[in-house]
Amino acid sequence: MEQVHLNIDGKDILTTSDRTILEAARENGIRIPSLCNEQRMEPYGACRICLVEVEGARGLLPACYTTVTDGMVVHTATEELIRIRRTILELILSDHPKDCMTCESTGSCELQDLAYEYGVKDARFRGEEHHYEVLADNPLIERDYDKCILCGRCIRICREVQGVGVYDFVNRGFDSVPGIPYDKPMMESPCEFCGQCVSTCPTGAITSIPSKGKGRSWQVEKVRTTCAYCGCGCQLDLHVREGEIVEVSSPLMVGPGQGNLCVKGRYGYSFVQHEDRLTTPLVRKGGDLVPAAWEEALGMVANHIREAMDDEGPDSVAFLSSARCTNEENYLLMKLARAVVGTNNVDHCARL
Amino acid sequence: MSTGGKNKLVLGYGTCGIAAGATAVKDALENELATGKYDAYLDIAGCMGFCFREPIVEVTDPDGRSVIYGDLSPKRVSRLLEAVAGGEVIEDWVVRRSDEPGAGEGDFLANQHRIVLRNCGNINPESIEEYISTGGYEAARKALTSMTPEELIDEVGKSGIRGRGGAGFPTGTKWGFARKAKGEQKYLVCNADEGDPGAFMDRSVLEGDPHAVIEGMIVAGYAIGATQAYIYCRAEYPLALKRLDIAIAACHEWGYLGQGIFGTDWDFDIKIKKGAGAFVCGEETALIASIEGKRGMPRPRPPFPANEGLWGKPTNINNVETLAAIPWIIANGGDRYASVGTEKSKGTKVFCLAGKVRRSGLAEVPMGYTLRQVIFDVGGGVREGKEFKAVQMGGPSGGCLPASLLDTLVDYDAITATGAIMGSGGMIVADSSTCMVDLARYFLSFTQEESCGKCVPCRIGTKRMLEILARICSGEGEPEDLERLDILAGDIKAGSLCALGGTAPNPVLTTLKYFRNEYEDHILRKKCTAGVCPALITLHIQEDICTGCGACAKICPVEAISGEKKEPHAIDADTCIRCKLCLSRCPEEAIYAE
Repeated sequence: MEQVHLNIDGKDILTTSDRTILEAARENGIRIPSLCNEQRMEPYGACRICLVEVEGARGLLPACYTTVTDGMVVHTATEELIRIRRTILELILSDHPKDCMTCESTGSCELQDLAYEYGVKDARFRGEEHHYEVLADNPLIERDYDKCILCGRCIRICREVQGVGVYDFVNRGFDSVPGIPYDKPMMESPCEFCGQCVSTCPTGAITSIPSKGKGRSWQVEKVRTTCAYCGCGCQLDLHVREGEIVEVSSPLMVGPGQGNLCVKGRYGYSFVQHEDRLTTPLVRKGGDLVPAAWEEALGMVANHIREAMDDEGPDSVAFLSSARCTNEENYLLMKLARAVVGTNNVDHCARL
Repeated sequence: MSTGGKNKLVLGYGTCGIAAGATAVKDALENELATGKYDAYLDIAGCMGFCFREPIVEVTDPDGRSVIYGDLSPKRVSRLLEAVAGGEVIEDWVVRRSDEPGAGEGDFLANQHRIVLRNCGNINPESIEEYISTGGYEAARKALTSMTPEELIDEVGKSGIRGRGGAGFPTGTKWGFARKAKGEQKYLVCNADEGDPGAFMDRSVLEGDPHAVIEGMIVAGYAIGATQAYIYCRAEYPLALKRLDIAIAACHEWGYLGQGIFGTDWDFDIKIKKGAGAFVCGEETALIASIEGKRGMPRPRPPFPANEGLWGKPTNINNVETLAAIPWIIANGGDRYASVGTEKSKGTKVFCLAGKVRRSGLAEVPMGYTLRQVIFDVGGGVREGKEFKAVQMGGPSGGCLPASLLDTLVDYDAITATGAIMGSGGMIVADSSTCMVDLARYFLSFTQEESCGKCVPCRIGTKRMLEILARICSGEGEPEDLERLDILAGDIKAGSLCALGGTAPNPVLTTLKYFRNEYEDHILRKKCTAGVCPALITLHIQEDICTGCGACAKICPVEAISGEKKEPHAIDADTCIRCKLCLSRCPEEAIYAE
C-alpha cells in the first residue's frame, strides 16, 4: 500500500492507495453525499449522488467506487455536480411516496436528509409511480417497495456480509425492484431474520415490525451495551423511549461486529423487560425455589463442590461452560476446573 | 473462383435471405437439380449485402463470369435454370453482372471497399476448406509462428483500427493494456451482442464468414496472452450460433483451436456464451457479469476489464467487426490498412442501411466517405422518390442528422462533433413521411425499455423523458417540456453509470437541435407536419380525386367514412381513430393526413 497525496476541494490530503475518494474525503472532514454506499459492503456506484469531478478524467466519477491516485485533484461541489444531484433527487422523489409524516424512517432517512439539504421540494418530473403491496409476511421485517430507491444495499449486505442471498433485483429498468425468488414469503426463503437489510436500508422500504410506531430517532435515547447472547461481544445500541427498549441497532464499524447483528442481537430483546425474567438467583429450599442473594447462592454451590471433592475426589465434579460467555470467562472457568478443583472434566455447551 | 467446369449456383443463405424465402428457393433448386437435367450445382453463402433483393442467387459459369439474380421465388427457379443452361442472362432479374459492372445494382458494390466483408457472400461459411482456399488461417499461422505478441500489437496499432462496436477505442492500445496487465490467466471476449435496432453487420459477418472472426480471435488471444476466449452472442442469432459451432468444431479438427495450435506450444480455445438478448449486455462490464452467470448489469470503470475483467482476470473485449478485420491486417500489413481512411479514422466501416433508403443492406465503405456517398451512391438514395429528411446514425445511442450535414465524413471525430456517433454503424434513413419527434420517442422507448435499472438517471430519467415525448406526440406537450427535456438529457448523459444511459438522450438532443421546429409544431400549433402522430392529424379525402369506389369505407374499422357509390366520400373526424388504413388502401391516393 502506497502513500498518496491528493487534493479535494482545495485541501491537501495524505492517505493510502487503498482508499476511495469518498473514504479519503470523509476521513478528512469533507462530506460527499451518497445513498447506495455503506461501509460494510463493496462499493456499487448506482445512485450517482456521490459523483465528483476529477481533473483530467473523462466524465464524472463516483467517489464511492474510484480509488485515489497520487496527484489527483477532486472537486466535490461544483455547480454542475449540485445540479445533477438535485436532478437525481427529484427523479427519485418522482417515484417515491410523500408520506414522511407517518413513515417509520422519518428522521433516520437518508433520502429525506438529502432532499432537505438540497432543497428539493417538488418534483419537476412527475410521471408514472409504482404502487406495490406492502409485504408483512412475517413477524419481524416489513417491505414497502414504494419507498425503495434501488440502492441494492439490502441485496448486497445479505449476499456479501451474511452470505445468504435472500434478495436480488427482479424485472428490468423502471420496473426493477428487489425480490425474493418466486415472490415467496420471507418465512419460506432462506432468510435468517438477522435484519441486516433493515439496518442498511436508507429509506423506509425495509423496516422492523416490532419497532413500528414506537419512537422516532430523536425520541429515543441510545444506550450502548454488549450483546449478552454469545461471547462475540457485538456492541448494541438499545433505543430506549420512556424506559422501554423499542429497537436495537449496532454502531457501524465499532466492536467485533462492526455494526452487524444476528437475529438474536437485533430482535431478541423482549426478555430484558419481561415479567418472567429472573432478577436474583433462586435457591431450592424445601422443594421450592426461593430468591436468594448472590453470596448465598454462590456459597451454596462452592460448598456442594467441596463436599463432592472431599467425598469422591476432584473427578466427581464436572464443569459445563456457555457460549454466552466471553473467551475470557470460559478461560476462567477452565482455570477453576483444572487449577482450583483439579479435574479435566470441563466442557462447553457448543459441543452438545 | 473455379467452378469445376460446371455452372455454380450460390444461394444467399443468411438470415436476411431466409427471411425473404431463400429456404423455399433452396428446396426448389435442389429438386430441379436432382433431376440431372442441368449441368450445375448449388452451394450456399452468407449475406451478399443486397438484402433489398433477397432471395439472391449468384450464377458463375465455367469461364468465371458471374451474374447475381435477385427477387427469386420457387416459381422462378425453373426459368432461372433454363437460362443458366442456355447461357442466357435474364436482364430483368439482374442485381449485378461481373462483365457489366454498371448493370442492375452494380454500383452498390462498385462504391464499396470490402475488407471485413471480403468473404461474406463469396464462400460457404460452413466450409473451413473454402475459407482456407481464400488464404484463411495464414494470418494466424504467420502471427503464431513468426511474430511476437508485441510485434502483433504494433502491427495492429499501425493499422490505426479503432473498436468497431461503437466506442472507437484504438484496438492496438487496448491489446497493449491487456498484454501488460499482470495475471497468469487472461481472457479474450468477442462481443457479438449486437443490439442496436437496424444494425445487423455482426450477425451477417458471423453467418457469412465465421472463420474470419475466429482467426482474428486466435491472433488477439496470442497477442494479449489469453488462452481461453468467449464469444458472447445473443440467442436470437441461431444461424450465427450454428455456423460458429460448425466453424469451431472444424478448427479443432484442423488443429487451429485446442492444444498446441499451428504446431506451436500455444493453447487457445473458444467457448460460446449465449446471451438472452438484453441490450445492456453489449456494455462490456454487463457482458462480463452475464458470462459469470450474474444479472447483466454494468459496474463503474475503472477498474477497466483490461485489469479486472472476467472472473476478476485481465480481459480484452473486441467487437465482431474489429476481429474480422484483424486477419486481413496481419496478412496485408497495418500500413496498408492505414492507407485507407482519414487521419484519425483508418480503414473501412460496415454500415447497415435501413429505413427509407432504396437499397437496404450491408455496405462496407472506406472511412472518409461522406454520408451522402454512403446513402446516395451506395444506398441509392431515398425510396419512391421522396425527399431525404434525416439519417439516424449509430442506433438508439446515436443521433439524427439533417440533410445539411450529409457532407459530414465517415470519421469518428467528425460524426461525434455533430452530436451523433459512429456507433456500430446502423444508418436508418428517414424521409418526409417520418416525424422526428416520433422517431426520437421510438429510440428512447427502446433504451428506456432496455435500461437495466441500476442507476437513477437512466432508470427514472429516461422514463420521464419518454413520458414527456409521449405527451408531446399526443398533443399534450407544454412549452416547458422542451426545457425539461434539455435538463434531463444533459444530466442523464453526465450522470449515468454506463454508455447506455450516457448516450440514450442523443436521439432527443439531436432532433431538438436540428428539428426543433417539429417539436414546436407539436407543442404550440398542435400539428404533426409529417402526418404521423395520430392525435395531431386529421385525415381528409380530396373530393376531386375520389372516385367513390368505397374501398376506404370498407376497410375503415370504425365506420368513419361514408359516401354514395361513385360519389366522393368523406371522413368523420370525430369517429376517425387515425389508423390510416384508408390512406394505404385508396387506389387513387385521394386521402391525405395533415
